[in-house]
Amino acid sequence: MKVEITVNGGQLATDVEDRMLLVHYVRDVAGLTATNVGCDTSSCGACTVLLDGESVKSCTLLAVQADGHDVTTVEGLASADGQLHPVQQAFREQHGLQCGFCTPGMVMAIVSLLRENPHPTEEQVRSGLEGNLCRCTGYHNIVRAALAAAGPAHPRGQDEDRPGGGVAP
Amino acid sequence: MIPAPFSYYRALSVDEALDLAAEHGEEAKFLAGGHSLLPLMKLRLALPEVVIDIGRLADLSHIRDAGDHITLGALTRHHDLEHSGLLARELPLLACAAGQVGDPQIRHRGTIGGSLAHADPASDLPAVVLALDATLVARGPSGTREIAAADFFGGLFETALEPDELLTEIRVPKPAAPRWSFQKFTKRAIDWAIVGVAVQGDAVALVNMGETPLRAAAVERALADGAAPRAAAALAAEGTRASADINATRDYREHLARVLVARGLQEAHARA
Repeated sequence: MKVEITVNGGQLATDVEDRMLLVHYVRDVAGLTATNVGCDTSSCGACTVLLDGESVKSCTLLAVQADGHDVTTVEGLASADGQLHPVQQAFREQHGLQCGFCTPGMVMAIVSLLRENPHPTEEQVRSGLEGNLCRCTGYHNIVRAALAAAGPAHPRGQDEDRPGGGVAP
Repeated sequence: MIPAPFSYYRALSVDEALDLAAEHGEEAKFLAGGHSLLPLMKLRLALPEVVIDIGRLADLSHIRDAGDHITLGALTRHHDLEHSGLLARELPLLACAAGQVGDPQIRHRGTIGGSLAHADPASDLPAVVLALDATLVARGPSGTREIAAADFFGGLFETALEPDELLTEIRVPKPAAPRWSFQKFTKRAIDWAIVGVAVQGDAVALVNMGETPLRAAAVERALADGAAPRAAAALAAEGTRASADINATRDYREHLARVLVARGLQEAHARA
């Protein structure tokens, strides 16, 4: 079926097989190969992209389900002049990557996390990254990068302002 | 892994979804968030010839206060349940459990109706709606019918839904007692529960202690007869039929059920 998906701000209209997964659409149709296929079972988070600004695992989504929606991959974060997104910059400064395989998914998961909760506690970052595995086990620096990108926490703490810890539907 | 070929139809209304289901019968599967169905299709454990995408039926995504009960659209995502201020006040058990399903990415896609209709005994929300005495509303070619949560789960991945019926709404009575707890034991954060326990008032439901979610009837009877929570919790494995798998033996699951029911009753009591 024909799908129109906005990928990193550019609209792309293509015929795809009904069974094509979004991650293959991103890699093979849009030609954006930073998003990795890891476990392919929605466990590891390597394939995390944003769908309308929210983190999703693109190995467990059909491209047809994203028809008419916005997809953002890690290639879409930096500005046109090459300036890194704050989360990317924080990964560089905090040594948030080792082999780099999980990094695109980690970065996208953190961008989504900070959009929902701009000043998370360390515990909220750790639970917010439950769906992303780093086989180098470099979690400490990844968490530091997320906290650095968020900046200092709200002085009154999160829970007062955010009943339930997030956005209302 | 790529699913086997299928024909994709996108329903733009409940009526259209029902027409498609009536046309294709048992060859068709409804696709909501897809986080139960697509993994099965990728593993070829599910081979539907027709997939009916209901993911765009916005009128099936809502959380509403209906006086003595809350109504939830079947397509309400775990993420929306987790962060709803209304649920935090009225059904904190459901909000808490929804926030422990999978991980944030999965909660951005997975829906309560999908979880209930999939009826995996290791899933959290089936036991939660059982503890909350919810009513499930299904629409089919002959109209709407209401199914008590206690009658909904028929067996492993089996529900009372007919192939041409669509789960549209979940109605949850507002609990009389504020006492609740959700206990989930996993090896890794994103895993399914090895055993889970949902407590609301004197109702206790078990995750992954049989082919369906179960009420811990012996515990509930003991509590009604005035037993102390710890004594009641010792009966948690009575009437269960836990399976053995790579995560746990049946004995270990029964032990976990007793421990987690005791913790759940204690936490629920502390909220009173």
